Amino acid sequence: MTETRFHNHDACRQGCCGLCCTKIEDFGVTIGSTVILKNVNLHIHCGELTAIIGPNGAGKSTLIKALLGEIPHTGTLKFVQYDNGLLKAPVMGYVPQSLNLDTTSPTSVLDLFLACRSKYPAWLIRRKREVYKVKEQLDRVNAGHLLSRRLGALSGGELQRVLLALALDPVPEILLLDEPVSGIDQNGLELFYETVSELRNAYDLSIILVSHDLDMVRRYADRVVLLNKTVLMAGTPEEVLNSDVFFDTFSLRWQKEKRGKGGTAL
Amino acid sequence: MAEGEKGQGRYGTVNWWYKILEALPFEWAQEGQMIFMKNALLAIILLTPVFALLGTMIVNNGMAFFSDALGHGAFTGVAIGGLLGLAEPIGSAVAFSVIFAFLITVIRHKSKMAGDTVIGVFSSSAIALGIFLATLGGKSFTKLNSYLVGDILSIAPREIGFLAIVLGIVLIFWFFVFNRLLLVSINPSLAGSRGINTFWYEVVFSCAVAVIVTVSMSWIGLLVINSFLVLPAAAARNIARSQRQYHLLAVVFSLLSGVAGLILSYSFETATGSTIVLISSAIFFTTWFVRKRFA
Repeated sequence: MTETRFHNHDACRQGCCGLCCTKIEDFGVTIGSTVILKNVNLHIHCGELTAIIGPNGAGKSTLIKALLGEIPHTGTLKFVQYDNGLLKAPVMGYVPQSLNLDTTSPTSVLDLFLACRSKYPAWLIRRKREVYKVKEQLDRVNAGHLLSRRLGALSGGELQRVLLALALDPVPEILLLDEPVSGIDQNGLELFYETVSELRNAYDLSIILVSHDLDMVRRYADRVVLLNKTVLMAGTPEEVLNSDVFFDTFSLRWQKEKRGKGGTAL
Repeated sequence: MAEGEKGQGRYGTVNWWYKILEALPFEWAQEGQMIFMKNALLAIILLTPVFALLGTMIVNNGMAFFSDALGHGAFTGVAIGGLLGLAEPIGSAVAFSVIFAFLITVIRHKSKMAGDTVIGVFSSSAIALGIFLATLGGKSFTKLNSYLVGDILSIAPREIGFLAIVLGIVLIFWFFVFNRLLLVSINPSLAGSRGINTFWYEVVFSCAVAVIVTVSMSWIGLLVINSFLVLPAAAARNIARSQRQYHLLAVVFSLLSGVAGLILSYSFETATGSTIVLISSAIFFTTWFVRKRFA
């Protein structure tokens, strides 16, 4: 995959050197009279994990919802494939931050999957073949044992893996992940990032991840976008996480000084 | 499903049902005995499972108050029908309550106001309009009392047939939209990312609830009809661990309380609707006390 990716001139002419890429052009979201996002321009390459970071209220989750088409926005989302064909609506996978589910809800993991993929009511007809496929999907993210557990009884990390497996069925072209702010322990988070990382390589997906854990971003992201109402900076984790803009945005002046003395930031 | 289609065979006749009951070794079940009870029993067996099935989704979505408001809309529809001089106000009642359900859903979606406030506004306005229209020109409200309390014992075979057709249609519709509605209830954004138009599914679901509430209102009674939707599902939710258990238990509870309530209301000489609801509540509290064993 990697060899061909650098020799695709058609794609390069389009301004992106991948097999395919996603272009977010001039995205803006205004709710009432409040400007939440403006002039957001991004190129996201497939096979890359793009992390979106920014302070609270920067519009990170709003950007995800706008990309999903859930809230009205200006600007366009273009999905360009290697042969220059413009896909009007790329298949999107979405992992929400949380389900906001009533924890007493009698919905099992299997119910959730069947509701997504089966034609027949999930409570009435459960075909063996379908159940087997769901199990397979879950196994891919090390969650096969959760098949008949209730969604409300899952830990934050388990739920996240289940939702990831769901987002990969069918395999999307763009995977949007909204990482939970809380409720996942460090091990769960580690496992989650590792799984996402593997998927990126296995399926050549464009992954857009809203992240709150800068340490994980440093370790796993290919590109980082610093967002605060608009794109302040985009680049490799090294570039962004050591930039002045980054320190100013997160009010980490002491880190900036420390870096000046030769220490490593964060 | 099977119950929903039984009554459709020969429109207006339920002789096959009497024949089945006559096979039972009870005195009341003998030929020609207590026809009204037999009719009521059939109506209950048709009605309660459909209410329980739609009720599971109402409880999933936290819409108990919403379905209550739909009953108020249906009542206003009856009042409008009366004003227009219709002999059978059921048509105008269905039409009005569907419009009403649609409006609530639209405003709930478009407005940032809390959902229960929107419902409260609509619910109060509807019931006020209903009473206003019903009493316009000094008319007595008494003739509408039957809608408030309901009387399942007065149901006729022809009306059971009509009920069966409506419920059958709702069930078929339910079969096809259930999965998507479940997904919308779990997480609207997730549903949206899978190409589900959450708004229209909510509209369609609200309208289905509006229809069954309206056609059943005069048999069950507006005051207690919401419990037919909410209680069996709420009781099932206490102990169910999957959607399958949830639905099966809700249906079993609804049938159990329906049949037991009908028989008890006969011996106590009480309104059937409220007797059924009391039994449902008893089931709810029982399951609530044992819920930890199933958690």
